Amino acid sequence: MTPILSASGLTKRFGNRAACRDVGFELWPGEVLGIVGESGSGKTTLLNCLAGRLRPESGSVVYDSAAYGPVDVHDLSEARRRLLSRTEWGFVNQDARDGLRMGVSAGANIGERLMAVGARHYGDIRRTAAEWLERVEIEQDRLDDRPTTYSGGMRQRLQIARNLVSHPRLVLMDEPTGGLDVSVQARILDLLRGLVERLHLSAVLVTHDLGVARLLTHRLMVMQGGRVVEQGLTDQVLDDPQDAYTQMLVASILPV
Amino acid sequence: MPLLRVSDLTKSFVIHAQGGLALEVLRDISMAVSSGECVALVGPSGAGKSTLLRSLYGNYRADAGSILVRHDNAMVELVGAEPRTVLEVRRRTMGFVSQFLRVIPRVPTVDVVAAPAIALGSDSRDARRRAEFLLGLLGIPAKLWSLPPATFSGGEQQRVNIARSLIVDYPVLLLDEPTASLDAENRDRVIDLIRQRREAGAAIVGIFHDAAVRDAVATRVHDVTPLAPVAGVAA
Amino acid sequence: MQDASRDSGVESQAYNYAYLDEQTKRMIRRAILKAVAVPGYQVPFGGREMPLPYGWGTGGIQVTAAIVGRDDVLKVIDQGADDTTNAVSIRRFFAKVAGVATTTRTDEATIIQTRHRVPETPLAEGQIIVFQVPIPEPLRMLEPRETETRTLHALSEYGVMQVSLYESIARHGRIAKTYNYPVMVNGRYIMSPSPIPKFDNPKLDRSPALQLYGAGREKRIYAVPPHTPVKSLDFDDHPFEIERWDECCAVCGARDSFLDEVIVDDTGKRMFVCSDTDWCERRR
Repeated sequence: MTPILSASGLTKRFGNRAACRDVGFELWPGEVLGIVGESGSGKTTLLNCLAGRLRPESGSVVYDSAAYGPVDVHDLSEARRRLLSRTEWGFVNQDARDGLRMGVSAGANIGERLMAVGARHYGDIRRTAAEWLERVEIEQDRLDDRPTTYSGGMRQRLQIARNLVSHPRLVLMDEPTGGLDVSVQARILDLLRGLVERLHLSAVLVTHDLGVARLLTHRLMVMQGGRVVEQGLTDQVLDDPQDAYTQMLVASILPV
Repeated sequence: MPLLRVSDLTKSFVIHAQGGLALEVLRDISMAVSSGECVALVGPSGAGKSTLLRSLYGNYRADAGSILVRHDNAMVELVGAEPRTVLEVRRRTMGFVSQFLRVIPRVPTVDVVAAPAIALGSDSRDARRRAEFLLGLLGIPAKLWSLPPATFSGGEQQRVNIARSLIVDYPVLLLDEPTASLDAENRDRVIDLIRQRREAGAAIVGIFHDAAVRDAVATRVHDVTPLAPVAGVAA
Repeated sequence: MQDASRDSGVESQAYNYAYLDEQTKRMIRRAILKAVAVPGYQVPFGGREMPLPYGWGTGGIQVTAAIVGRDDVLKVIDQGADDTTNAVSIRRFFAKVAGVATTTRTDEATIIQTRHRVPETPLAEGQIIVFQVPIPEPLRMLEPRETETRTLHALSEYGVMQVSLYESIARHGRIAKTYNYPVMVNGRYIMSPSPIPKFDNPKLDRSPALQLYGAGREKRIYAVPPHTPVKSLDFDDHPFEIERWDECCAVCGARDSFLDEVIVDDTGKRMFVCSDTDWCERRR
């Protein structure tokens, strides 16, 4: 078995500042890797480097694609990278508006990836979109409504459906429940957990919320100041933190 | 042929907030557990019994030593293992009844119990039926099966915990105070279940504060010698 | 009908032949060649100041000016008619600066410059039809950034166009676009056929004539060489369909041409008349 994603020596600078420094890991099929850290830890920069949205100064990201075998994400032609990001990859943005077309209906949003690779039967596309609405627990009669008429939680669900319709093998998520009400967060976390299990997704999830990490991830990487200070099994990192910073993070969670 | 072999297991806790204070809890622990054995860990409070159990499960990180588990007909080293290796061993070979039920919120009890079986590929209907059977065996009334266990009493939660750990026939079972919050009737039910597993060939390591329970299920005892007077290390 | 200007040999002495200087014609011809070589691809060109404002056909005029020669016969139509103000102005312009013969008969023209229609008379090999184009980018309404639309064309990423057709069906029950209906040229580029009614789209498919498209304000030229496949976009279960009328032309009785609806009096009485004046006249 080969890792589905492997990063090594990733360093990304903005001017003189290294936002992320010498980061490496291997992600295996079916694993959910959490990246936790506080603001400025470099976790979102890392995620964007993994997704090919930012080019690192050094290091490499190798993705084991179904279409082309192992590929260096930053060596890919733009055409291939864009194609992979619409087929084999998913990216769930913190703000759903960044990952949706707000001006077209939910059905069109979900159907886009299908149409982008040649689907030309309106009825089939619509039916698939309706199935996905159901899977993300949005009512079917909202299929023709635009996301401007959706609540924040519904928009996030729609973004998830839009990504998953192409059965991606790797999903990157940037604070997928950030900014949502607590009860809404809870339902989306449940949804994500169920989907990840059922669809055997591999995922990298960036969050500052250790509770989200415990719920959704198998493995955890703790970042501080651009470096990975600790990594391991999620329950081990949270229950038996070794690093000083991790211990401080875990101790900082407010009890309910 | 032991299913679990521990050699020279050593573990300290380093508390950085206390200036790097190091608490050595386990030093050179060695033991072997074979099929059909149930080893009871004994020793005073704070001696490291719970720490040992959690280290076996990979929930705590060992500093040195070796933990070998028989998994897929090979002995697999868990100390320093890749996370996916530990997860795989937990999925199929090693079960853990923790002292506190930490479950995913908002999931109905029957699904909490059925989850490990479904993760192994069981049909979800079969898994749920088996879950219901175990819950019934442990005296959880049917009207509670569709409710999330968060609002259950301590004893009920504990029994849900046990059911979840027994739904899969793990060859190795780790039990941390499995009868702690149970009344006599339920305690006896649990004792029966543990004995059944032991007789079916499981290798069991457990902590049983109740001497009667210990005498009922354990085949031998392992003394976890305390290293020094300890100051309330979280177990 | 032939304009008398040819016989009188009136060519304006103040301008170069066909108004544009030779360097400009050369630049436009190069753009045209490139456009013909890559059917449907929008070629940027250095559009010049023309004696009429943007929005009045400056792109079409520059294309015509670059290709017209003394032996050509020019027809100019606007919404199918030879006798509207704009068509008359442009025809007179070329008669003056190029001394070229002009006609209203489609089958006698070598160059046809048009706004918003394709003539009903089938075009033949050797003819050139020049379209006036306001917005050459078919994806513009869906993606406002030029940098992004260029990338989409380059990578053949046309999902967004199919999304807009889906959305039309979701909202209206059918693809509601009736003019400027997007087409796929030679199986590679999506093109705007200019604001012609979708009724005319089938005429573009494998036409024996050369199609040239000029957008003056946007400074783009594109082309479809003769016998090139031009396919109107649709869905398998919502196939492309042209407009049909219950009525026939009130003047010539035609049932197969594009009809304009004309309000006759203020009681709301209306009649339908062929948009193509030449076609209608010939049938009478």
